[in-house]
Amino acid sequence: MEKTLPKIEIIEKYCKGCHICVEFCPKDVLEMKGFYASVKNLEACIKCMQCELRCPDFAIKVITE
Amino acid sequence: MAFDYEKYLRPGKLPHIWCPGCGHGIVMKGLIRAMDTLKLDMKNTAIVSGIGCASRLPGYIDCCTLHTAHGRAAAFATGVKMAKPEMNVILCGGDGDGTAIGGNHFIHACRRNIDMTYIIMNNYIYGMTGGQFSPCTPTGHKASTTPYGNPDPGFDIAKLAIGAGATFVARGTAFHANQIDKLIVEAIQHKGFSVVEILDDCPTTYGRRNKYKSVIEMMNRLKEVAVPVKAAEKMTAEQLVGKVLTGVLYKEESKPEYTAEYAKVIERAKAAK
Repeated sequence: MEKTLPKIEIIEKYCKGCHICVEFCPKDVLEMKGFYASVKNLEACIKCMQCELRCPDFAIKVITE
Repeated sequence: MAFDYEKYLRPGKLPHIWCPGCGHGIVMKGLIRAMDTLKLDMKNTAIVSGIGCASRLPGYIDCCTLHTAHGRAAAFATGVKMAKPEMNVILCGGDGDGTAIGGNHFIHACRRNIDMTYIIMNNYIYGMTGGQFSPCTPTGHKASTTPYGNPDPGFDIAKLAIGAGATFVARGTAFHANQIDKLIVEAIQHKGFSVVEILDDCPTTYGRRNKYKSVIEMMNRLKEVAVPVKAAEKMTAEQLVGKVLTGVLYKEESKPEYTAEYAKVIERAKAAK
């Protein structure tokens, strides 16, 4: 089965730069770019949704099919 | 698909007022997921809160909401429930609002066993007013009013609720975001007064005074101290020192619910005429 990649949407207007998504991503997909979180390595994403669940600011959406 | 939180939020309210890394946003997301799971009718659901950081929560959710006097969430919510017993009433607030200023209302709502759900976000401090120590601040910890360490022992909200007569008591943490909505779902479904305590982090006023270098350190502390109830059964008393039990801590189905009992009183009064 071919691996399908999700689309990780980060809404910078809502992001407060708390680092939670970056630190608790088990696959190191995200990084901080300046003040905001951004996607570093989308290939590694396993769609565990932990970043979306733990973002206190409604700033991350992991869009899967 | 990503969960559509915005369906449940009032338009134009985001970004919310909570500080970077504050767990209240995580709890609000858990509440929204729980409301979605239960398919609650927004016009038939009321969220009631007092004053404080956590009590700002109802302002964001697009259902019937009530932002009331400090500590009086339980009193106002009791009024809502008595007037409209068919309504789903959810209360939310912080540890100071719920157990200090509103302590009396809280224990009496527990005692009556009225069918409401109280979500207490316990961040161990009064965040909004500048970091004064609350009844939940652990002994020895610092706050703006206890710069040399708090001499008081802290409240255990779950034990307080069980002792006062609440029939469903659960505890979760902001770190275990997956669990929050499941606990809230079970609490709302329970017929009777249900208390869900969520251990939270306050990096701005609590963390920086108590040597937590970052939000991540505070979140890791929640991860370390939380022990699920089932896992705790296999652990010794020594292993459980400094740990906090999470999950459903207490559940009782037999105690009568207050609005149903009150309806019987009305029937008796009518028959006595």
